[in-house]
Amino acid sequence: MIEPRLVKILRDIVGDDHVTTEKADLICYSYDATQQKFLPDVVVHPISSEEISLIMKMANAENIPVFPRGAGSGFTGGSLPTRGGIVLTTERMGSILEIDEENLIATVEPGVVTEQFQKAVEKVGLFYPPDPASLKFSTLGGNVAECAGGPRCVKYGVTKDYILGLEVVTPTGDVITTGGPTMKGVVGYDLTKLLCGSEGTLGIITKIVIKLLPMPEAKKTMLVLFDSIDGAAAAVSAIVSNKIIPTTLEFMDGRTVDCVREATGLEVPKEARAVLIIEVDGDRDHLSGMAGKIEKIIESLGVVEVRVAETAEESEALWQIRRAVSPSLRKVNPDKFNEDICVPRSKVPEMIRRVDAISDRHGIPIVNFGHAGDGNIHVNIMIDKKVPGDMEKAEAAIEEVFRGALELGGTMSGEHGVGIAKAPYIPLEISEKAAEYMKTLKRALDPNNVLNPGKIFLDE
Amino acid sequence: MKRLEDLNEEIEQCVKCGACRAHCPVFGAERQEGRVARGKVALAGAVLEDEIDLDKKVIEDLSQCLLCGSCSAQCPNKVPTEDIVAAARRRIAEQKGLSTFGKAVAAVIGRPRLMNTVAKAGGALSGLLFEKLPENSGLRLRFPLPYLDADRTLPPMAKVPFREKVPEVIDGDPGKPTVAFFTGCGINYMYPAIGEAFVAALKFLGVTIIIPKEQACCGLPAVSAGSEPTVEKLARQNLDALTSRPVDHVVTACASCNAGLGHIYAGLGEEFEKLAEKTEDIFVFLEKAGLADELAALPPASEKHRVTYHDPCHLRTRGITREPRAILRALPQVDYVEMPDAGTCCGLGGTYSVYHYENSKKIGARKADNVATSGAELVATDCPGCIMQLQDSINHAGGDQRVVHILELLAEALPGKE
Repeated sequence: MIEPRLVKILRDIVGDDHVTTEKADLICYSYDATQQKFLPDVVVHPISSEEISLIMKMANAENIPVFPRGAGSGFTGGSLPTRGGIVLTTERMGSILEIDEENLIATVEPGVVTEQFQKAVEKVGLFYPPDPASLKFSTLGGNVAECAGGPRCVKYGVTKDYILGLEVVTPTGDVITTGGPTMKGVVGYDLTKLLCGSEGTLGIITKIVIKLLPMPEAKKTMLVLFDSIDGAAAAVSAIVSNKIIPTTLEFMDGRTVDCVREATGLEVPKEARAVLIIEVDGDRDHLSGMAGKIEKIIESLGVVEVRVAETAEESEALWQIRRAVSPSLRKVNPDKFNEDICVPRSKVPEMIRRVDAISDRHGIPIVNFGHAGDGNIHVNIMIDKKVPGDMEKAEAAIEEVFRGALELGGTMSGEHGVGIAKAPYIPLEISEKAAEYMKTLKRALDPNNVLNPGKIFLDE
Repeated sequence: MKRLEDLNEEIEQCVKCGACRAHCPVFGAERQEGRVARGKVALAGAVLEDEIDLDKKVIEDLSQCLLCGSCSAQCPNKVPTEDIVAAARRRIAEQKGLSTFGKAVAAVIGRPRLMNTVAKAGGALSGLLFEKLPENSGLRLRFPLPYLDADRTLPPMAKVPFREKVPEVIDGDPGKPTVAFFTGCGINYMYPAIGEAFVAALKFLGVTIIIPKEQACCGLPAVSAGSEPTVEKLARQNLDALTSRPVDHVVTACASCNAGLGHIYAGLGEEFEKLAEKTEDIFVFLEKAGLADELAALPPASEKHRVTYHDPCHLRTRGITREPRAILRALPQVDYVEMPDAGTCCGLGGTYSVYHYENSKKIGARKADNVATSGAELVATDCPGCIMQLQDSINHAGGDQRVVHILELLAEALPGKE
């Protein structure tokens, strides 16, 4: 319970209508996509950096934790109010402030939904490439805080590659700006890059300056079925070594294909043990013939079938197959642990073999799909929590998957971040000294440990 | 109808991914978690687990749902939020009683004779009570009655309800099917012209039409308000009325009635299931009867109108999107254009717009925007409720587009009509 005196202070800062302690509201802001639940004491909906600054000053004076939240769609618990206190949502800060067509940059508030921003810049022929699967509902503030990725990262990079500058409220309530609207800038530390992916532990993002690209003229999509995961992986390497960087190179393993076939009745031959969806973009002239060139490169690698989309509708139909994956997994088992390891591109087949072995050893289904082009594999461990022993098996499997990825020179998380879900495994990947370096930063910037405490490092 | 307890598994299917935030029209109007499907499902779950009492805020949040099904259609796990919210509302009604307006709804629609009297009084008085506005901005009428915002524009009530003007049986050609016409309240009391167009279309095909006098409201407003006894009572009365004579199909020209008879009733028992199976939307019926081809063979019209289509939620969520468009496109006087987001809810949501007219107007304003973007002069749809709401939204936006039922355009195009 929060003292009424403090609720009154919050009401004075943001207005009566934008503070709530109603139980129904606390429940509505208690969860994210990890499906864990922690009730906050109060939910505030500020509208400006000034208001957020005052909230942080109060939080420091009164020693109350503050948990910033965008859409609450994260997979690792970055926005969960694990220690009660204040949930601070950016839902009212949803304006696109400027699209500067002369300098190809835009300035937005953190609550803008990613897809809405993309549509707005596409209207004037510009392009914001990062495309996390949640782009229809996740916010740009959340994307920056988690450094979101997506299929197009193969060619275009991740969120941090497009962030030129930020306005941030620091954990102690100061308002600072980092970087700015220039393409270059090396004065002082690169705080912009530090804040991208800091999971809301080092500051609350209140404004974002974004770099844009010209919209590519056209794209071409093809779906290729392979008789083995090795063939698909060899195809990825062959395409890249032939100096073609596709926009996306999505793969599904044989078990994923089986799930999709079973759930949706899609016509995919049984011999297909791996699928690649390859999309290339660029000038229309340049693209014509590209599909043919790719077909030639991969033809000796165990190709079962190639489908090339000639129209936007046909392309959409190919992507439908990819989108059918997540819903169809439920048919395997009701509960899913979705890990997002990333390994060097060449190690993908070895990683898939290791995951298959882990799956067989524990007797629980694990299906793999994801972004082959950058080695980012979504490992889905499918269990039924109601079956005794399944949870323990899943936990053991998760750790083995992480260890496997690290042994191959990879990382535990390519996109989702650490939050609380991956925090117990941090020592597997980050050395004690490196962790200490990070914690020293956090302690110096947030001396009272009030901003998103206990995230990334559980015991902090 | 499923109780909240029976929906535990469906509630647990929600993995809180947040995808509904992209599709919920109410959340689009008011961006806070209690307004979106994920929040309402979480609250229903909390109610079920006795984590929270049915306090004022929970009731308010659960009332903020159009039951439009936009979320379920896009949900990766297909969580049936509209069923969960409707069940939660029934629990609220059981424990707390119906709201004042809910009681009024149940009282009026639950007693068809009373409804007839109230509606007819409205018709007789409409000249006195309602201020008429120019024809070209649609029939704009003010409706300053309790529960209705003075700002809302409504069509006039029919002076004589549709079912009192037509015979109960209209014989068709031998060998042709027999259909029962379930008119619903919108057509009976507000838009009799749609009923007349329905009769004209089926007469053209030589179909025998039965329009049972004893039919009542489908009960969907009571589903929205949470009154289960009213729904069951009406379903029984309609079952009796519609099965008193043998018919091949029960046909509706109102999306909501179609969902009532074809979907809600199916959960009430075996005999209701049979009725649900026989229930067909008018355009599904007409398309199957091959009308699109007959229309395409008609001589071209001298003057064409740019027409767009709005998908009523109660058809769209059940996969009926192609047939109404097929008939509309085949009409000789129609130059069809698709509007952006044709499938998003108009914002009426049964009793929703009466409780939450401000949000309902915001949702409608987006729709009016989309209509304007399409460049259409006419918006055609397949639901009197949507017609009422869309016209109100366009009137508020200052647009001059008119909203019509596809049947009205069809009747205009049929040969033999001058």
